[in-house]
Amino acid sequence: MIIGLAHYLAVAATLFTIGVFGIFVNRKNIIIILMSIELILLAVNINFVAFSTHLNEVSGQIMAMFVLTVAAAEAAVGLAILVTFFRNRRDIAVDDASMMKG
Amino acid sequence: MIAAIAFYVLAAVSVFAALRVVLASNPVHSVLWLITAFFSAAGLFVLMGAEYLAMLLVVVYVGAVAVLFLFVVMMLDVDFVRLREGFTRYMPFGAVVACVLLVEMILVSSAVAARGAGASAPGVQAPTDVSNVEAIGRVLYTDYVYIFQAAGLVLLVAMIGAIVLTLRHKPHVKRQDIHTQVTRDRKKAVAMTRPETGAGVRPEDLS
Repeated sequence: MIIGLAHYLAVAATLFTIGVFGIFVNRKNIIIILMSIELILLAVNINFVAFSTHLNEVSGQIMAMFVLTVAAAEAAVGLAILVTFFRNRRDIAVDDASMMKG
Repeated sequence: MIAAIAFYVLAAVSVFAALRVVLASNPVHSVLWLITAFFSAAGLFVLMGAEYLAMLLVVVYVGAVAVLFLFVVMMLDVDFVRLREGFTRYMPFGAVVACVLLVEMILVSSAVAARGAGASAPGVQAPTDVSNVEAIGRVLYTDYVYIFQAAGLVLLVAMIGAIVLTLRHKPHVKRQDIHTQVTRDRKKAVAMTRPETGAGVRPEDLS
């Protein structure tokens, strides 16, 4: 049994779907939402690396590295916003975070 | 054969761990399952032949991002039971959307793979006689050097942003003020008085 490109793409698609599903079902818990976004970016990375190694071309891995960078920066800023939000509201329920709605 | 077994084990573990991330009731368990998912994905990267990316994934995600999540989850005193309200209400709709997405993406990816997308390379061929790290290093600091610098700027901005967002100066906390400290001179710091014997120095003498 040869493990080809399609197998890796299927795993990536499954992880992406789980990430989207996680955003749907955990609408109030922003920590789980951030983790789901990390899962989605991981799925994208798997796609990049799968195509890169199967085409024998490294630029996909460079792109995956930059996705990794942006994901780390996003997690840091998102958690900082979360801490500030918690400090102001004593709660992290994001469904009533509509102060700026006007 | 052993590669196929390794692939299926790692894929199953990563998918199961990802499911536990979104379905676990305790967020600390979610973070731990997230670490498991990323570790298995790093194993998949090694199987594909991208060793550098795999190590990077372990260092960045397991070493930094997951620990950051763990810190925040444990630091904030949040009622997580209340945050799970509406879980069952959104579950059927989310499952339908997820199934549609999954079927579409697997259809497209298997069609693309069957057409032979993994066979021909239009762009730069990686040299096969060097290791993965060397192949990445050869193009990262030449062709992609500006994007590399931009990634550094992104990290710098994120770092400054996170510090600015979470920095808080509490009132009534005495802090060291370097400016007043180094601009003090003898005239401000020392006062000469001539108190009477037995009376001691009174505060108004020192002004």
